[in-house]
Amino acid sequence: MVGEENFATMNTNQPPSEYFDDGQPGIPISKGRKSAAIGPLQAGPPCCPREPWIQIEDLSISYGNKRVLQEVSLAINRKCITALIGPSGCGKTSLLCSLNRLTDLIPGCRAEGKITIGPIDVRSSTTDVITLRRKVGMIFQRPNPFPLSIRKNIEMPLKEHGVKHRTDRESIMHSALKDVGLWDEVKDRLNSSAQSLSGGQQQRLCIARALALQPEVILLDEPCSSLDPISSGIIEELMASFRARYTIVVVTHNLQQARRIADEAAFFWVTDGVGHLIEHGVGTQVFDTPQHPLTVAFVNGRAG
Amino acid sequence: MPKPELAPSFPRVHRIGDRLFAMGIWGIAISIVAWFAWFLIDICVQGIPLFSWEFLTEAPRNAGRAGGIGSILVSTLLILAVCLSVSVPLGLGTAILLSEYSARNHRFGRMVRRSLDILAGVPSIVFGMFGNALFCMYLGMGFSILSGGLTLACMVLPILIRSTEEGFRSVPNEYRLAAAATGMSRSATLTKLLIPAAVPGLTVGLVLGIGRALAETAALIFTSGYVDRMPESLLDSGRALSVHIFDLSMNVAGGDRQAYASAAVLVGLLLVINGIASLFANRWLGKKILRQ
Repeated sequence: MVGEENFATMNTNQPPSEYFDDGQPGIPISKGRKSAAIGPLQAGPPCCPREPWIQIEDLSISYGNKRVLQEVSLAINRKCITALIGPSGCGKTSLLCSLNRLTDLIPGCRAEGKITIGPIDVRSSTTDVITLRRKVGMIFQRPNPFPLSIRKNIEMPLKEHGVKHRTDRESIMHSALKDVGLWDEVKDRLNSSAQSLSGGQQQRLCIARALALQPEVILLDEPCSSLDPISSGIIEELMASFRARYTIVVVTHNLQQARRIADEAAFFWVTDGVGHLIEHGVGTQVFDTPQHPLTVAFVNGRAG
Repeated sequence: MPKPELAPSFPRVHRIGDRLFAMGIWGIAISIVAWFAWFLIDICVQGIPLFSWEFLTEAPRNAGRAGGIGSILVSTLLILAVCLSVSVPLGLGTAILLSEYSARNHRFGRMVRRSLDILAGVPSIVFGMFGNALFCMYLGMGFSILSGGLTLACMVLPILIRSTEEGFRSVPNEYRLAAAATGMSRSATLTKLLIPAAVPGLTVGLVLGIGRALAETAALIFTSGYVDRMPESLLDSGRALSVHIFDLSMNVAGGDRQAYASAAVLVGLLLVINGIASLFANRWLGKKILRQ
């Protein structure tokens, strides 16, 4: 299969990261970034090999005494799009936040279990959170650009991660904005406020900000839910183009969208106020021939 | 065919209660402005005839009946400088601790906040006694500009901390999440994002604090003293403008006109320093933030 071959060649002999030197040769940087530096991001191969990359084992999350997620074990395949679906309050977002340890910031939030992303033990106390969060980018439900200029939004995190030369930062910014299709819209006003952009543009800027850090995994928490249908469509296209370049985990309430883009889907359900993983598998299978009765009801719009 | 006359579908009703209510609200607002204007005009009319460059630069003579307020202005500014250079860093640090490093409902934070609110309401004369006991006596600074400035710093801190903390709390949490998600360190998030974004709150605190410090009389009588000579160092006693006004109007017969002029200078000084403080805060700290 052509796609498979392309993918295989993309994965061998990873070039060292051009701009970041974090001394972790075991964590290859997606080659997509390299080609993206030359031209805009192209859609990747249609499918991907099932190579488990993010391993979640017996993960439980609680806020204070209230447990929101109970013993979830899930393997997320590398460079695939995995959609987390389920009703509100079933712990999908909490699961997402535990992957880049954003849960550390929430007072009273406690996670138990084991998470590994490739060779990184996410929850180990010796893991550097800053590097982890650079490698695991996150996009939020509401676009949250910094209250700075469009340029600074992308350049400030780069500067923090040690990209010293202005010309390097400029070129990364340029390619990141091109990747999300924002360059032509903002190239004449890079110094104006990011908050003057429309909601959809802001969300794409946030994605560009994450891409600029050359992540390996991108977490998206309902990235389209606060956008109009057209902007939502653009973001969806963008996510589809990430396939085979980044490992994507997306929480979504839009089942049609999940069906269109997801290689894999994981369905969560709340029982007694606690979220459980009910079913996980290939996207088409979860949506078209679900095994569990709850999944059948949910994907057919009869529950949730 | 003649057009039928249209009767209004909803004939207008005058609601007396609403009218009265609106008039009452306007009346209150106008009376406050009028009161402030009257007070300002009175000070200016009585004080401005005495204004001259000499008045601002010369030392007072004959217990303040003649001469100017030069040495007193210098003392006032020195006291304020001591006060701000101690209270602003401490205030900023405490506010950051309260808003960024401790959960809103944490017991320690609640305790600190409660204490600050009580401290903010403590009469200034109590601060004066405390400053006298601690700085003048125990730490051996005597009646000096340093003691006065430090006492004022204690007084101003609660206001400064609480309004700066509110400034930090009003920064949307999304910025913090965005910074964390892009792997920015905590210190970088603070200096590059949160402090600039919290400048409005910081400015409010600064303006209130400066106002309170400049207006303070009671606490300074106990700590920086009465001496109206030009201070030679921070360990010299120095008379603040508000103490000067108090002295002229209460203790010096025939000092009323000078008191008025000094009061006009004090009001002017307050406006100028506040203007500079907000300008400085916005230029220096807030320049990076682009509000829509």
